[in-house]
Amino acid sequence: MDNAPRPRSPHVQVYRPQLTSVLSFGHRLSGIFLSLGAVLLVAWLLAAVTGSASFGYLNAGLGSLPGLALLFVWTLALFFHLCNGIRHLFWDAVIGFELRTIYLTGWIVVFASIGLTLVTWALALWQMG
Amino acid sequence: MANDENHIAVQRARGLGSARAGVSAWRWQRVTAVALVPLVIWSLASLIAVAGGGREAVVGWLAQPAAAIPAILLLIALFWHTALGLTVVAEDYLHHGGVRMIAVALIQLGCLVLAVAGVAAVIMAIATGASG
Repeated sequence: MDNAPRPRSPHVQVYRPQLTSVLSFGHRLSGIFLSLGAVLLVAWLLAAVTGSASFGYLNAGLGSLPGLALLFVWTLALFFHLCNGIRHLFWDAVIGFELRTIYLTGWIVVFASIGLTLVTWALALWQMG
Repeated sequence: MANDENHIAVQRARGLGSARAGVSAWRWQRVTAVALVPLVIWSLASLIAVAGGGREAVVGWLAQPAAAIPAILLLIALFWHTALGLTVVAEDYLHHGGVRMIAVALIQLGCLVLAVAGVAAVIMAIATGASG
């Protein structure tokens, strides 16, 4: 018997990126990015209740241009992970596995997450005056 | 034959935990995901409404039971979901057994600490609201 490692199927980077693979990787990437946002959320809550000056510094940082850009990307990642997560939940229920449906729901996720992000920011800016 | 890499040798499977625990992690990932759908939408809407009002507005809002209870549920579901998700990422991409074990331990410990810190913040807001 030959026990030497034999070649296996080509790995991910050999293939041309497709909507399916990009969204799959994007789900992980947005999840990791959102974890950092969750750390920020707890820091913000703690700063608010302890009443220290750190709340002012944190809010000033988030209100600056880089801070707002970070919050915008964070909102986009949140809606993408939310929408694509719902897509995953349907897959777990073995619904929507036809190739056409997979592409259709994939594009719905892309446009829904962009649309929801823009609506959220429009509401937020309107709310803040 | 038993050491053929296409077969799962007992020595490789040992120490990875029982298959049952894996199913449990998979299931809780989904349960927390379902819980997070309404909780995330609620928290985003609340943050937009409250964040501009400054520290007093945030604490006053958080001190109400209608906000404190969903906020605590959100923090538990969020960091549970995060711990499970990051653990899967670490298990997939960190191939060195020792590094992987330490990374998973740090992820789970970090998420526990953050969840407890977040819940503590909500309780402190309630205490401030009750005294003030």
